[in-house]
Amino acid sequence: MSPAVLQQLIDSTYILAAVGFILALKWLSSPVSAMRGVLIGEIASGLAVAATLFDPQVSQYKWIIIVLIIGAGVGVPLGLVKMTAVPQRTALSHAFGALSAALIGIAEYYVAAPQVPKFEMAEIGLEVIIGSLTFTGSLIAAGKLQEILPQRPITYRGQNYVSLTVLGAAIALMVTLVVHPEFTHLFLAMIGVALVFGMMLVTPIGGADMPTVISLLNSYAGFSAALLGFVLNSKVLVVAGALDGASGFILSVNMCKAMNRSFTNVLFGGFGQIHAGAAAAEEQRPVKSATPEEAAAILSAASKVVIVPGYGMAVAQAQHKVRELYDNLTKRGIDVKFAIHPVAGRMPGHMNVLLAEADIPYDKLLDMDEINGEFPQTDVALVIGANDVTNPAARTDSSSPIFGMPILDVDKAHTVMVIKRSMAAGFAGIDNPLYYLDKTLMLFGDAKGFVGSIVRELSGGGSHG
Amino acid sequence: MPADFISSLFVFILSAFLGFEVIKRVSPLLHTPLMSLTNALDAIVVVAAIIIAGRHESRLSTILGLVAVAASFSNMVGGFVITDRMLHMFKTGKAKKP
Repeated sequence: MSPAVLQQLIDSTYILAAVGFILALKWLSSPVSAMRGVLIGEIASGLAVAATLFDPQVSQYKWIIIVLIIGAGVGVPLGLVKMTAVPQRTALSHAFGALSAALIGIAEYYVAAPQVPKFEMAEIGLEVIIGSLTFTGSLIAAGKLQEILPQRPITYRGQNYVSLTVLGAAIALMVTLVVHPEFTHLFLAMIGVALVFGMMLVTPIGGADMPTVISLLNSYAGFSAALLGFVLNSKVLVVAGALDGASGFILSVNMCKAMNRSFTNVLFGGFGQIHAGAAAAEEQRPVKSATPEEAAAILSAASKVVIVPGYGMAVAQAQHKVRELYDNLTKRGIDVKFAIHPVAGRMPGHMNVLLAEADIPYDKLLDMDEINGEFPQTDVALVIGANDVTNPAARTDSSSPIFGMPILDVDKAHTVMVIKRSMAAGFAGIDNPLYYLDKTLMLFGDAKGFVGSIVRELSGGGSHG
Repeated sequence: MPADFISSLFVFILSAFLGFEVIKRVSPLLHTPLMSLTNALDAIVVVAAIIIAGRHESRLSTILGLVAVAASFSNMVGGFVITDRMLHMFKTGKAKKP
């Protein structure tokens, strides 16, 4: 086969791969066709990799095959993590993606240096800056999610000015390199500054904002791949990067809306620390509490129950007990649904995955907009490990720090039951007036233990008194 | 501006636009698999890494390329494995065994 024909074949494979990527995302629109989407994505990626191995520019295979095997060896275990660990795995994969994009950009610079055309230098510089800051930023995010690093926002006075100065320095170095691409030590300095900026970008952001941060880093990782496509004039990278970047961007906007925050507010806010004192000052107000027996009696008398799970449920590993509760109530002919707030869990859609893993049918998992209209007809809303997303102060109290945040209207249900360890405030450190309503019963205890006791009561085998 | 840049920009804008339209329709139910799938697709940078590593232009570029091959290929494999696992968990009430 002549080299020209071979090149055309390889290019055609890349075009097919790009089509496959778009179909993969299109089929992800519904759980019914989603598996087909993954399959076409796998075929498209596999074809593209195989075609590249035939590229005449590739001369030595030994090391490439070895590192492909190493990559697969690292990838498979990372694909087999527990579902609660998916957010940190995702952050880590943003880091890997950004790392590889940055390294390729760096290699391109050193191959071309000292004679790098101005335009190409600008592309490489931008690509390497974004790749590098996404790499360290994602590592910090993964560390926070894995709880190796402290979850709380780490802030100091003048932080934003310092961070912006560092970013400015990286850009200034890039501009200098465009004029003087032969200053290779400046290139190294630029990488170093960008790496530091990535850390400074994520370190001040608190655990509650992780869903937004992880989406934003997803977007950056995508755009760095797209930029690399510009540098290498590889259209398949441009397509894949643009799709990934767009996806991350949409998810970031979703997360910001769900928390009623702006991008700048997430990035520069240091949320979750400022208001921590406010709840402590609140005087003790009376709440009503109930035992598992009472809770079981109320649930069994209901005809429509909505369960509101929060991350606390997943932390307590209660999802399997919740499924038993779901099974038991459904068997009695009670209509049971789940209300999922967009920021329940630690990344977009995380709660759905945790509940699906516990075998809860996905057609019972409703997002906020779908379920909110149903609360007034709901007999019992059972809140498990969720707090701020049920706080009616977000609707009514303009002085509340979460005022304006869209919430699940659990307070409109006839009876509200809240499983909670104690009266301590939630992630954002804000008191929840829901708990003091007349129709609210507090079920104090560990989520897994308490749900387990309710299930035992319902199955009738639990207690003799 | 180089012609390559213009054509890449063209592709970028169209893909981003298409991406917005397609991804907007993804059910919030599947946002976590969406992120892991786009991650796996984004790992297509492995093809660029293979070329950099395979060209042998300098020792440095080869080593950087090889590290990039490992990092991006692990994303590709891991991303597909976990997306597949997650989607297998999503079942309807009817499909569930009694």
